[in-house]
Amino acid sequence: MPNMSLKKNPMPVQDPIERGRNFKEVALGYDEATALDEAARCLNCKNMPCVSGCPVNVHIPAFIAKVRELDFEGAYQVINKSSSLPAVCGRVCPQETQCESKCVRGIKGEAVGIGRLERFVADWHNSHCTEAPQIPEQNGHKVAIVGSGPSGLTCAGDLAKLGYKVTVFEALHLAGGVLVYGIPEFRLPKSIVQKEVDTLKALGVDVETNVVIGKTLTVDELFEMGYEAIFIGSGAGLPRFMGIPGESLKGVYSANEFLTRSNLMKAYKSDSTTPIMHAKKVAVVGGGNVAMDAARTALRMGAEKVYIVYRRSLEELPARKEEVEHAMEEGIEFKLLNNPTRIIGFENPDDRRDPRNGFVTGIECIQMELGEPDASGRRSPVEVPGSEFVLDVDCVIIAIGTSPNPLIKSTTEGLDVNRKGGIVVEEATGLTSREGVYAGGDAVTGAATVILAMGAGKTAAKAIDEYLSNK
Amino acid sequence: MYKIISKRELNPTVTMMDIEAPLVARKAQPGQFIILRVDEDGERIPLTVAGCDKEKGTVKIIFQIVGASTELLNHKNEGDFIQDFVGPLGKATHTEGLRKVAIVGGGVGCAIALPVAQKLHELGCEVHSIIGFRNKDLLILEDEFKAASDKLIIMTDDGSYGEKGVVTEPLKRLIEGGEQYDEVIAIGPLIMMKFVTLTTKPFGIKTIVSMNPIMIDGTGMCGGCRLTVGGKTKFACVDGPEFDGFEVDFDEAMSRGMMYRDFEQEQREHVCNLFKKEVQ
Repeated sequence: MPNMSLKKNPMPVQDPIERGRNFKEVALGYDEATALDEAARCLNCKNMPCVSGCPVNVHIPAFIAKVRELDFEGAYQVINKSSSLPAVCGRVCPQETQCESKCVRGIKGEAVGIGRLERFVADWHNSHCTEAPQIPEQNGHKVAIVGSGPSGLTCAGDLAKLGYKVTVFEALHLAGGVLVYGIPEFRLPKSIVQKEVDTLKALGVDVETNVVIGKTLTVDELFEMGYEAIFIGSGAGLPRFMGIPGESLKGVYSANEFLTRSNLMKAYKSDSTTPIMHAKKVAVVGGGNVAMDAARTALRMGAEKVYIVYRRSLEELPARKEEVEHAMEEGIEFKLLNNPTRIIGFENPDDRRDPRNGFVTGIECIQMELGEPDASGRRSPVEVPGSEFVLDVDCVIIAIGTSPNPLIKSTTEGLDVNRKGGIVVEEATGLTSREGVYAGGDAVTGAATVILAMGAGKTAAKAIDEYLSNK
Repeated sequence: MYKIISKRELNPTVTMMDIEAPLVARKAQPGQFIILRVDEDGERIPLTVAGCDKEKGTVKIIFQIVGASTELLNHKNEGDFIQDFVGPLGKATHTEGLRKVAIVGGGVGCAIALPVAQKLHELGCEVHSIIGFRNKDLLILEDEFKAASDKLIIMTDDGSYGEKGVVTEPLKRLIEGGEQYDEVIAIGPLIMMKFVTLTTKPFGIKTIVSMNPIMIDGTGMCGGCRLTVGGKTKFACVDGPEFDGFEVDFDEAMSRGMMYRDFEQEQREHVCNLFKKEVQ
């Protein structure tokens, strides 16, 4: 008999006040009994609407059925056929707008906790299975992957399983891309990313760190080196700033810089050699997942007060609902319908050498109200004249998105990019304007989600396999 | 891991190393930079390339010991390895079509001015080099500059070697004396570069400066290296590191460069104390 409870089993989490002071994972994961109870809520629908909501088409009812049978490794194998990074997806996918949004149980009550079950299965596998996967029979073809973020790792994993010799080139000193430099430890422990990378290596994937494609090697040189196809998953590029006065003051960070310092460069550890500002009052500008990550990181670095400044209302906040809720529980204050107009710095008119000069002391904002809906249907915010006010802060983190990285485009002839600088691809295959060159993830779409990038990596892997099989 | 092939002390605070990094050596051009990490958990340090040997596959770096990481790097010896070494990053110095150039180097900045001078010299450009140091003991690369320059002027703050004074004095003298430069290229401390641009501006001579701001990834991701150039935000790692000196907001760059000064001093003291303990 299915479990007809209207509510999904809640995810056990660390106490909000306690967790605001540590970098340990916030969500603790289901135990076996909870997982079984939740799995029993799945109706095992024949037409599987949930699968159509998953960018990588995980066979969701099939893996949940295995959970019900207590065959957790079997469940893992089902997921693993479609997803190379189950432990990551179970944590950072926006399931509420994907698989779970299609779940029949969601019509009356809450959807099955698919993401939570995926995480349970992946964690069970990681703590119980130490066997290295078998290296598949090699087909003799070489493929190069540019970037070791979610799209690159997925593409590499899928191709390696098909017998391709895959090399992943990573510009930084550590593989994982945004999973290691961007998403914080308390949301995605780095040991989990490392495990997923190690699994790929065990499948025979080579990972070359410290190689910047477009600089150290070009796309054309990769072909000369014998790679027959190339996937570009180089990720998002330069952070965008608002163009308001004061953005170069000391204490103003892009979210990318702040998160890279704390995550990749480990400034969150007390004995770290990486400098970072331990600000007391922080304003984060923006409303996406990156803004939430930055705000919650600032809190854990010791800030007493953290604001999210967002120009629209709560309804339009693009971040995941769960992340917004977590942030609110932890005491982050949402300054909604507010837009920064300038950042204010300390200035001692009598002493140009005052060491406090040039450090942030506040951010001036103006109140906004929602006007008529624009072309996209969203109500665009308009300023309320004369409503400026100043928030006292000593650090401002700008999290309003990125624009594509120019390095590969500028060194690869014949690679078309769109007006915004994103690489142009055929949607069904990921093929770029260059034969044998595929692309996906943020390098194509601009800042998006981990799972969309994985979906793009998967699409490209399939297309590369077809291309090289027919060559 | 990347092997240190050779190491030479140029003066008590400046060291030169050749690092085995064939992929970087194959591509590196004057004006570009690399990023290295001395060991696991180390900082990513950007250093402008001071030369390379494509056949041996080595890249030359010259660094001043200013903080904890450069202190650690200086404790490595020939045959030791460093953790990470990536590059070449940034854009190369534009050298095409230049017939007569004044190169102005200050302190350890001379290390990266040298390959620019050498390349221009090889291309048949007339090179006048003005290099400045605090005193005689800190002088580096004199012979190398001599070989790459048609004219070499050495300045020291205290007059202990060469002429006494700052680099802008002979620069102004040469320009006023009728030397017609296509370009002036200044590489050194921000304050020096600022004053070089103030010297050349009245004469309208194009002046290129090499910026070395705080940086993490060096590939156009973090945005830490942003500068205001011509009123616009630019990123030294992908748009630079060289910029039109008349357009750069030096005061802002100097202020941003001080952001972590206290932390850096503490870290360096900490590392020095560790080494002292080892010796005891």
